Amino acid sequence: MTKPERDPYTGLMTTGHEWNGIKELMTPIPGLVKFFLTTTILIAVLLWILFPTWPYGPNYTKGVLGVDQRSLVQEVLVKAASLRSVWEEQFTTTDMAILEGDPDAMAFVRMHGERLFEDNCSACHGLDAAGGPGFPSLVDDQWLWGGDFETILETLRVGINAKHEDTRYAEMLAFGDEGMLSSAERQAVTAYVISLSRPDELTEKQAGRLAEGTELFAENCASCHGEDGAGSRDVGAPNLTDGFWIYGGDANSITATLRHGRVGVMPYWEDRLTEADRRLLTLYVRDLGARD
Amino acid sequence: MVSQLTRDERGSAMILCVILTLFGATLGLMGRDDVLGWHGALLALSGMVLLFVVMNKLYDPDPDPDRVTRYYDDPTKVGVIVSMMWLVFATFVGDWVAWLLVYPEATFDAGWSSFGRLRPVHTTGVIFGFGGNALIATSFHVLQRTSRARLAGSLAPWIVLIGFNLFCLLAVTGYMFGITASKEYAEPEWYADLFLVVIWVVYFVLYLRTLARRQEPHIYVANWYFLAFILVVAILHIINNLAVPVSLGHAKSYSLFSGVQDAMTQWWYGHNAVAFFLTSGFLGMLYYYLPRRAGRPIFSYRMSIISFWGITFLYMWAGSHHLHYTALPHWVQNLGMTFSIILVVPSWASAGHALLTLNGAWEKVRDDATLRFMFVAAVFYGLSTFEGSFMAIRPVNSLSHYTDWTVGHVHAGALGWVAMITFGTFYTLVPMLWNRERMYSSRLIEAHFWLALAGTVIYVFAMWNSGIVQGLMWRAYAENGTLAYSFIDSVDAMRPYYFARAVGGFLFFLGGVIGLYNIWMTTRMPTMEKPPVYDLPPVVEAEPAE
Ligand code: HEC
Ligand code: HEC
Ligand code: HEM
Ligand code: HEM
Repeated sequence: MTKPERDPYTGLMTTGHEWNGIKELMTPIPGLVKFFLTTTILIAVLLWILFPTWPYGPNYTKGVLGVDQRSLVQEVLVKAASLRSVWEEQFTTTDMAILEGDPDAMAFVRMHGERLFEDNCSACHGLDAAGGPGFPSLVDDQWLWGGDFETILETLRVGINAKHEDTRYAEMLAFGDEGMLSSAERQAVTAYVISLSRPDELTEKQAGRLAEGTELFAENCASCHGEDGAGSRDVGAPNLTDGFWIYGGDANSITATLRHGRVGVMPYWEDRLTEADRRLLTLYVRDLGARD
Repeated sequence: MVSQLTRDERGSAMILCVILTLFGATLGLMGRDDVLGWHGALLALSGMVLLFVVMNKLYDPDPDPDRVTRYYDDPTKVGVIVSMMWLVFATFVGDWVAWLLVYPEATFDAGWSSFGRLRPVHTTGVIFGFGGNALIATSFHVLQRTSRARLAGSLAPWIVLIGFNLFCLLAVTGYMFGITASKEYAEPEWYADLFLVVIWVVYFVLYLRTLARRQEPHIYVANWYFLAFILVVAILHIINNLAVPVSLGHAKSYSLFSGVQDAMTQWWYGHNAVAFFLTSGFLGMLYYYLPRRAGRPIFSYRMSIISFWGITFLYMWAGSHHLHYTALPHWVQNLGMTFSIILVVPSWASAGHALLTLNGAWEKVRDDATLRFMFVAAVFYGLSTFEGSFMAIRPVNSLSHYTDWTVGHVHAGALGWVAMITFGTFYTLVPMLWNRERMYSSRLIEAHFWLALAGTVIYVFAMWNSGIVQGLMWRAYAENGTLAYSFIDSVDAMRPYYFARAVGGFLFFLGGVIGLYNIWMTTRMPTMEKPPVYDLPPVVEAEPAE
């Protein structure tokens, strides 16, 4: 312990404590600190009086303003609902065909629909709705289930292979894993599938297997994909002749499809989007150019 | 290092290594069907390596009996180097994570490198790896000088340092395996948490025992802060991590709390981790190294007292500001908000106190990049605490919450305050530790200073912009009651800011690499014939016969 001494720079006294050369000045607490401490405490006390803050026993002080975050949220929700009600009413009750012919309604669809689509659908179908590996394009005119108003609306309501009780089921069987077709047979049928859209791309080896492939297709595949491979909207089996692919049209992708099967999942939206929103999205999807 | 231990201590060290090996092996066996097995193996392996290291030196001569007349600085030396290595590693990962937000595909298609796994690697690496080691290292150093007593025990500091780093290693590798308790800043699972409890208790006891040996009548402010840091972190860690493992053979556990109680416990922990890990401990550093470097007395003893108790008392109440506008009852939010508002005063008093202490040394601040680091740290400390109190006001938080504004606030504190005060401290401390007159290169310190400052400023400005733009975009409604922007619109709008942040982060990282190099080269400098005298030696009492 050293003696308190005067600091030459500030002219203040030290406390007399010293630690390895560090000393402390005996400066009083600056007035500014006291002022702000008092002010902030007063602000806090004021807020305690005005708003719900302190718990006591089973309850808490409600504050003289009687504010409550639940009722505040409720107010905002009611206000938003009243703003939405104007067009929600229109979109739930008016026939979609009529709306599609109404330029004002469609201008709204393009604006709000885009946001709805981006927030809910783009993660899978892409920002431009053109799909990607595993997720179908919604801008072409090829459909699994159909592109008329009611079919799209229903697809949105129940989803595909989703958890909804009325969901649409569509499964491409795992012909390889389930042992239904041998590897050679799968290659033959692959050749046939390629020939449906791009006959000129077949290699010589593939061309040699075409006959076998044709036969196998008729036996195994036609029930879902149709005699001509043009697909069936009753079972959601895609058209294999059109050159549009969900999982890819090269020989490797097709063999993988045949070997392990495919089950695409499209979530259902009945619980998450209102009927008005789903109708609006139906119009939006059709407006992208994918009409039937 | 082992030769600094007495024969008895070497024996105890071996026993501890065997215990660690057995613990690891048991964990590994029980968890052999789980990722837990790998962690068991890691611990067992570490135990064996350490055992080998000790055995190798087992029959070295006993250490110099005069050692009690010197401070024990080996753990501090190791801690400083390890801390800087964690900094380089973890800011590298941080910058990687920052680039991932610009180019999400930069994960190279591996699970361990996905955003969700690398992000906690970054946060744990910087907070615990870099910050934790820096705190342990400096607390040992400060404690001894301000108590004029040698550390109470030569083995305990190593248990703390090595154990703590093993914990960090378990944490970081675990995230990459996919292990997480999903509580931010408390992600490690139950076995790692239990391990840390043991380490931390050793730390606490060591600190108290050394303090009890002190030869100064008063306990210096820095030690109040370090002690608060150690004690409160122990309490926070234990309570927030109360959980039940799925089985003793699985890494996964479930929290003892559920729903909103769980959220409140987590953010009571989270906010006080900010307070007692990222604030108290580093204030401890500031209170010792800033006056040492500036050669000025502490401005006011009384300000130290009210700042210390203000911070310690008020932070405890403020955690609920992390849960504004959630399922947490309204009154809890308001209570946290009001305490957060008062909190700005002791925080600013601390920052102002540092600046007032620099009065009379401003020409040094201008010329000496090391002191300038500490000066800038105090400024950023003031800035981020003002910002924090402002963001804690509910209507402000309704804009800032969930946005990059929070991330900007975090890094104003983390880069501007935590990292800068540590750099200033290390550049002051390293020459003292290795008995050098100065650092290897003062120009490299200068380069580090400007890189760190530029990096921080770019980072913080980018995040203020992106945060506010995000917040405004999310709350914008069209007149028909629909959202004006989709979420992806707001993500798209972030690109330039994320790019800027990643560039700023790179500058900061580069500064860290330079710092590590400079420190390393300082340790390699030839020893001087007449080394400078930095410290008063410990006061040695007549040793009780052992
Ligand atoms: C989780 C990913 C996912 C999301 C999100 C998603 N979809 Fe789909 N959607 C799919 C998949 C996969 C299919 C194809 C199912 C199949 O292969 O059998 C599909 C199919 C469809 C179809 C049927 C196409 C046809 O040819 O009949 C429509 C229409 C559709 N989606 C619209 C939407 C809309 C509108 C949204 C947003 C509300 C949306 N999807 C969101 C994955 C998704
Ligand atoms: C039970 C009905 C069913 C049978 C039988 C069936 N498929 Fe499919 N197939 C589907 C469905 C449904 C899909 C769409 C799967 C999806 O998108 O999730 C599909 C998809 C495909 C695809 C992928 C199309 C694309 O766009 O990527 C190919 C190729 C295909 N089938 C070929 C065949 C061949 C070849 C056979 C016979 C060996 C066959 N399928 C038998 C129902 C069937
Ligand atoms: C090179 C410098 C750094 C870069 C580029 C960087 C980058 C990042 C990024 C990209 C995130 C994730 C943000 C998000 O999820 O949107 C993050 C989070 C975080 N970083 Fe850093 N960081 C750096 C240095 C540091 C340092 C030195 C510290 C602490 C001492 C730190 C502490 C944190 C914390 C606590 C978070 C979590 C923030 C939150 O959850 O709000 N960072 N950092
Ligand atoms: C007066 C002091 C401070 C107050 C009142 C305060 C307040 C706040 C508030 C209101 C938030 C945002 C919560 C949210 O909206 O989610 C926040 C986040 C955060 N602050 Fe502070 N802050 C203070 C000082 C600091 C300091 C000095 C640091 C140091 C590094 C820091 C680190 C953080 C971190 C890491 C988060 C992010 C937590 C998360 O992961 O979400 N804060 N703080």
